Amino acid sequence: MAIETTVNGKAVSIEAEPDTPLLWALREDLGLTGTKFGCGISACGACSVHVNGEITRSCSVPVSAVAGKSVTTIEGLKGEDGTLHKVQQAWIDAQVPQCGYCQSGQIMAAVALIQKTGTPSAAQVDEAMTNICRCGTYPRIRKAILAATGQAAVAVEGAA
Amino acid sequence: MGVKRRAFLIGGAAIVGGGLFAVYSADSSNRKRAVELTAKGKDGSFLSWVKISEDDTVTVYSPHIDFGQGSHTALAQMVAEELDADWTKVVVEHAPADPAFANSALGRGFMADMSGQPGVVAALPASFISMAARSMNLQITGGSSAVRFTGQSGMRVAGAAAREALVAEAAERLKVPVSELTTLDSRVIHEKTSASLRYGELAQAAAARSLNSDVKLKDRKDFRYIGQGVHRLDIPAKVDGSATYGIDFTLPDMRVATIMMAPVRGGKLTSVDTAPALAVKGVEKVIELEDAVLVIAKGYWQATKGMQALAPKFSDGGHGGLSTASIYAAQDKLNAAGEKLVAPEGGKLLTADYKAPFLHQAMMEPFAMTAHHKDGRLDMWGGLQDPLAARMMAAESAGVDAAKVMFHPMIMGGGFGRRFPPYSQIVDQLAKIAMQVPYPVKLIWSREQDVQHGAYRPQVAARLQAVTGKKRMAAWASDYAQNDDAAAEGTVPYAIPNFEARHHEYISNQVNAYWRSVNASQHGFFNESFVDELAVAEGEDPYTFRRNHLKAGSRQLLVLDTVATRAGWGKPLPEGRARGIAMVESFGSIVAEVVEASLKEDGTPKVHKAWAVVDCGTTVNPLNAAAQIEGGLIMGLSAAIGEQITLEKGAVVESNFNDYPILKLADSPEVDVHFIESGAKMGGIGEPGLPPAAPALANALFALTGKRVRQLPILAQAKV
Ligand code: FES
Ligand code: FES
Repeated sequence: MAIETTVNGKAVSIEAEPDTPLLWALREDLGLTGTKFGCGISACGACSVHVNGEITRSCSVPVSAVAGKSVTTIEGLKGEDGTLHKVQQAWIDAQVPQCGYCQSGQIMAAVALIQKTGTPSAAQVDEAMTNICRCGTYPRIRKAILAATGQAAVAVEGAA
Repeated sequence: MGVKRRAFLIGGAAIVGGGLFAVYSADSSNRKRAVELTAKGKDGSFLSWVKISEDDTVTVYSPHIDFGQGSHTALAQMVAEELDADWTKVVVEHAPADPAFANSALGRGFMADMSGQPGVVAALPASFISMAARSMNLQITGGSSAVRFTGQSGMRVAGAAAREALVAEAAERLKVPVSELTTLDSRVIHEKTSASLRYGELAQAAAARSLNSDVKLKDRKDFRYIGQGVHRLDIPAKVDGSATYGIDFTLPDMRVATIMMAPVRGGKLTSVDTAPALAVKGVEKVIELEDAVLVIAKGYWQATKGMQALAPKFSDGGHGGLSTASIYAAQDKLNAAGEKLVAPEGGKLLTADYKAPFLHQAMMEPFAMTAHHKDGRLDMWGGLQDPLAARMMAAESAGVDAAKVMFHPMIMGGGFGRRFPPYSQIVDQLAKIAMQVPYPVKLIWSREQDVQHGAYRPQVAARLQAVTGKKRMAAWASDYAQNDDAAAEGTVPYAIPNFEARHHEYISNQVNAYWRSVNASQHGFFNESFVDELAVAEGEDPYTFRRNHLKAGSRQLLVLDTVATRAGWGKPLPEGRARGIAMVESFGSIVAEVVEASLKEDGTPKVHKAWAVVDCGTTVNPLNAAAQIEGGLIMGLSAAIGEQITLEKGAVVESNFNDYPILKLADSPEVDVHFIESGAKMGGIGEPGLPPAAPALANALFALTGKRVRQLPILAQAKV
């Protein structure tokens, strides 16, 4: 069955069974592998994308549910000219990623939070950022979110 | 020191009459092989490690896998430092999984550590080390070894030797003496005439020159890159989704497989009716292995649905009676047999039993690898801590000659000790199924399979005894039961006149492997909690008690004092908060940590802030080293608070992140990390930040509640 939807601003037709999780449709049918598989049960957030602007764990949403909607993945965050989204840039400036595997999801969650709140408070960050990072990059994620929203400068000690 | 170092280098040089690369690969055919594998066109190849291309790109071949610890960037910094390279043109690649890249610097480092006699190892001919490393298929990443062994003994020498050859080549071309030449940003410069030559134009000819093994390395004070928090080279690709992990790899016509293994480790597949899976749309094949069943389909979802349709039967391998409680009971019995300490008159005897559960690494990317068997050749793609050993294992499983197996290392979504090939069942499983199908196949483990079929940190029970008096520890004896001898991790940094740690072997049905910091996390928790108990028994402040057992002027004392000062030890805290302190030495680094904690309304611990002070000798990239310490500390807290793998009827109970809880952002503290650049022998950075976290937290909770945590995780005990 073909599901018509919009992914990263482009109309696409996904040839998949309707119960296929959006995650696997993105990864295997559209080749958008920036969205990661971590748990499959909505417990880790590695698969986070935006559906009509809402943060969504794509492992737990059937692809049929996004018919006619607009999906944004990590690959769709950059500007048309290739410039990084300010959150992506803040992630580089604060040197957030370690293994990096959770970071697509973390960035999508942070972007959604910032779109919603403008300048999130510490409590809002705590509440919204529930994605797991096994490498423990949380302190730097906090720092990067503050920097991306103009609430703090990223001090990079000893940078060359 | 200087003499030993020379001995090491001369040993290496002698083998090929002055060619430095012999330190790293023992014979000339090996060098030729490395050149063939890496050099194309007019590239020159130095040693097995560094390549300079015509366009000045410097490619550093890392024999280590970077699963997030940033060692690739640190190794590149070390090469660039000695080479005087232009940092903007330095790239790092995984070295191919080939014996030519087997890592003799690593073998030397491990052997030195194992023998405790660096001098002896330094005097061994390098050919011997290299041979030993290669016969052990040593291309591993672990033991926090990449930077301290490969970097110090390998990369820096490679960079310096390459630089020297480039300068010699330039001197000949410019017809000036070598002494008049300097190097900067990938150019050889003759200041007098303002002439200069790019490394790229010199590289090919320079590589053909014989390399000097006896190069002089730079002095610390001249470092430009080492010690700088340069941005990691791998990070840009990790913020835009373009980084390709093992699970992302794809080939035309590829199929996807998933697996279900015998729930009880050691059990076998007894029967399975494959028809229901084959009836699922997209499913193409069901393969039975001795202890598992696999479904191959067009995509992962179809394979999963096929698997859900199956009801395979497995035996329990005779382990059906095993449980977490039965293991602890058996371990307690072993420990109880240990000799009892006797307190002399006026002394106190303290005895306490401690327990630490099996733990899962929970790398964020579950196991996923791809294989293709075609025309007698087996290619494999994925991320493992020792690509070379993976290649050998795959060859054996597939029954293919190792020369016909190619392993393509890919970046990994975490490892934490899980990805050592001997424990990575996926290599064997994938090699076997790849031989049965004509198309490329990617095997993805579900998170449930990943959690339940892990290579866990061993479950350990320990009985600790100590005699104290006059605010001093006079004797210490510990008995601990686990799979392997943890002699190195069972010690404490304190001066205790009589110290003994006794290992009692206990083997369960689980594969006990490495978990970030290996045995230092359980034993660090036991020992540093018990030291705290002794301090309390003696009526002494836990920090003062520790420092009174450390030598004046020692590195340990400085680390401990520094963390106490930074954390404001002893200063008043808001109501309901308390501090805990702990210090553990592991992988050559000394780390002391303080945590400030409170209890939430529901009685679960909350860590507000943490401090870590680290003496790892020298930091190559302080920015990244701090990330490793932050991450290690948080992983240590996560494990202490909520993580455990338990067994019922021989099978693992936990199955996914819903019942194997990983600490999240809201519960993670800010971490203040401070390095003491002592210049001592370089220690590791990936693991040593972890072990002090659990005891520091447990000690803070004792200060808060008066209740001693003697079994982990804290939450499971609170519930009981
Ligand atoms: S993979 Fe979707 S939340 Fe974990
Ligand atoms: S960076 Fe490794 S899991 Fe987050």
